[in-house]
Amino acid sequence: MKSRFGSFAKHLCGIFFCAIGIATAHTQPEYDIDVFVRGLAKPIPISLAGYSGEVLQVLKFDLEVAGFKTVGESDAQYILTGSNNDQVEGKLVDNINKTTKFAKAFTGGSMRTRAHALADEVVLAITGHPGIARTKIAFKVTRNQTSEICVADYDGHNAILVTADQSIVAAPSWVPGRRVLYYTTYKFGNPDIVSHDLDTAERKIIARYGGSNISPAPSPDGRQVAMILSKSGSPDLFVANADGSGLRQLTQTREDESSPCWSPDGRWICFAGKTAEGRRFLAKVSPNGGPVQRISISDVINPSEPDWSPDGKWIAFTSQMRDFNICIVPSSGGEARILTSGEDPSWAPNSRTMIFTRRGTGGKRSLSLLDVPTKQSKDIPQNLGVCTQPSWSR
Amino acid sequence: MKRAVFLPFLVVGLALVFTSTGCKNPPKGVTQIPSVTSRPVPGTVDRQGPITTQPTTPTPGTGAQLKPDESTTAVKLPDSASGFAQPSIDELIEGMIPDTNYFKAQTVYFDFDSSLIKASERPKINAVGDELKARPETRLMIDGHCDERGTEEYNRALGERRALAIRETLIKYGISPARMSTRSWGEDRPAVIGHNEEAWSKNRRGEFILLLPKK
Repeated sequence: MKSRFGSFAKHLCGIFFCAIGIATAHTQPEYDIDVFVRGLAKPIPISLAGYSGEVLQVLKFDLEVAGFKTVGESDAQYILTGSNNDQVEGKLVDNINKTTKFAKAFTGGSMRTRAHALADEVVLAITGHPGIARTKIAFKVTRNQTSEICVADYDGHNAILVTADQSIVAAPSWVPGRRVLYYTTYKFGNPDIVSHDLDTAERKIIARYGGSNISPAPSPDGRQVAMILSKSGSPDLFVANADGSGLRQLTQTREDESSPCWSPDGRWICFAGKTAEGRRFLAKVSPNGGPVQRISISDVINPSEPDWSPDGKWIAFTSQMRDFNICIVPSSGGEARILTSGEDPSWAPNSRTMIFTRRGTGGKRSLSLLDVPTKQSKDIPQNLGVCTQPSWSR
Repeated sequence: MKRAVFLPFLVVGLALVFTSTGCKNPPKGVTQIPSVTSRPVPGTVDRQGPITTQPTTPTPGTGAQLKPDESTTAVKLPDSASGFAQPSIDELIEGMIPDTNYFKAQTVYFDFDSSLIKASERPKINAVGDELKARPETRLMIDGHCDERGTEEYNRALGERRALAIRETLIKYGISPARMSTRSWGEDRPAVIGHNEEAWSKNRRGEFILLLPKK
C-alpha cells in the first residue's frame, strides 16, 4: 500500500509542484513587535503522518524549533503526510480551507538532510521565510582544560572538530556566506587571531601583536574584521582588512572593550564597554572611526556579548545580574526584554531563532536553540564535552 | 485510512494530468539535494598546513590613527598611550626560556569583576620589579585570569585588563615596557576547579612568567 502510493507520488509530485508552486505566495503576517519580544506567538499546530524513525525525529525537532507544535490531525492547522522509504516525500495541506500547499519529494544527501529539506519547505510554505534546518553552527568544545573549534549542523549532528591543537581556542565567528571562520587560538603561545578556511584547511594569522588578540568579528561583506587588541596598553576595539592589514584603532579607553559585532549593513560595529566606574554598556562606532554612541538599554544591567540580528532590528546580548540572561533590545536602543536564562546568543539567518549557551547543574555548559516569538526552546544533544560560544553561519 | 487521506490528492493530481501539458516529466517535483562535497576537514595538525605569519610586524602603537573616543567617560591613560605599548610578541620571546614557577609566590589576586591592584598585593609586584631591576637580561610575561562568573569574552577582556594593571604598576615602578607583555586566559585556566567563592577567589589572579635568555 505504501509503496503503491510511493510510485504514484513519484509521478504526481512534479505535476503538483508545477501547479501549486505558483500559489505559495500566501504568507502569514509578520509578528507584532510586542508579541515577538514577549514570546506570545502561539505555536502553529501541525500533524505528521507516514514518517518514522530518524526522519520523524528530525521533522519534529526542526518544526518545533521553527515555532510549530506537533498535534493530532483533528487539532492540526496544517497536515503533513508522506513517507520516508527511499526518498522523503511530503504533502502539506491547510486543514482549515483544505488546500494543498505543496507536494514534494526529496532525494540525494542523507536521510537527515532530506528530512531537514522537507522541514524547510514546510516553514517556507507556511511562514513565507526560508527555513534554517540546513544551516551550520560553529562552537568551542572544552575537554580537560583544552578546547577545539567544532562545526556541526544547526541541531548539533554531524559534528566535526576542525582543530586539533590541544591548546585553547575561543570565539569562533563565521564570515557571512563563506566557509571561513575567524577565532582566537593560544596554539603559538599567545592569544592570536587566525582565519581558517574550512574547505582548504588553511589557517592564516590575522593578528599576533603583543598583548591579547581576541574576539574577532568579520564584517557582513567579509572584507574587514573587528577585534579586541591590547597592543597599545589597554583592550581596545580595532578594525582591519580581512587579512589583518590596514589596522585602525576605533576606541582608546583604559577600560576593557569586548565582543564586537556588526550591523548587517556594515555601517556600525557594536561592542560591550565599561565606564571608569565599572558600569557596563553597549555602544556602536563606525568602522571608519568617529564618536562612540551608547545604545540605551533600560530594565537590565551589565550587558555583554552583543549580536545584531541579520534583519537589523534587534541586538541580542547577555545581561549579568544575579545570573546570566539572554536579552534583546531594539537596535536603536530602548526597553530590553529578558528571553531566557543563558549567555552568548547568536542569531540564525532568519532573525527569529537563536543559539546560546546554557549552564546546567554543576555549571556544565551546553548549547540550546530558542524560537524567540514562541519561546520554544530545544537543547542540542551531544556528548562532545562542554560546548560554548556558538556562532550561527549566515 | 491511508487511502482516504490520499484520495483528494490523487483526484486533483489526475485532473491536472489531463488538463496540463507542461508537466509530463515526472522527476520535476523531486528535489535533488546537492551532495555534500565540501565538508570541513577533520582537523589534524598535519593537514592544516603551515601557519603563515604576517609578512611585516607592525610597529607597536602605530594603530592609533583615529581620534580617541570622546563620548565615553572612561579615564584616559595617565601618560600618552604609546608609553604603555606592548613589544612584539615574537621579539619578546625570541631566544628566551619561560620559568613559570619562579614568581609563583607573587601571584596577584583580584576582587570580583575588578582589575584594581589591592594594597595587599602591591608588595608582590614590587618584589617582581626588584628582581627585574637586578637582572636586566630577563623579561616578563604577565598572565591574567578570571573566575567563571562572567561571560567568556567579557572575562577574556577582564583578564587582559588585570594583566595590564599589573604591567602598568611595573612600568611606574621603573621597568621598561619593552620587557613585558600580557596575555589573558579568561576563565579557561582556573587554578582551582570549583563553583564557590573559595575557588573563585583563587582564580581571579595575575601570574608572572619569568623569561630567561638561553645560555
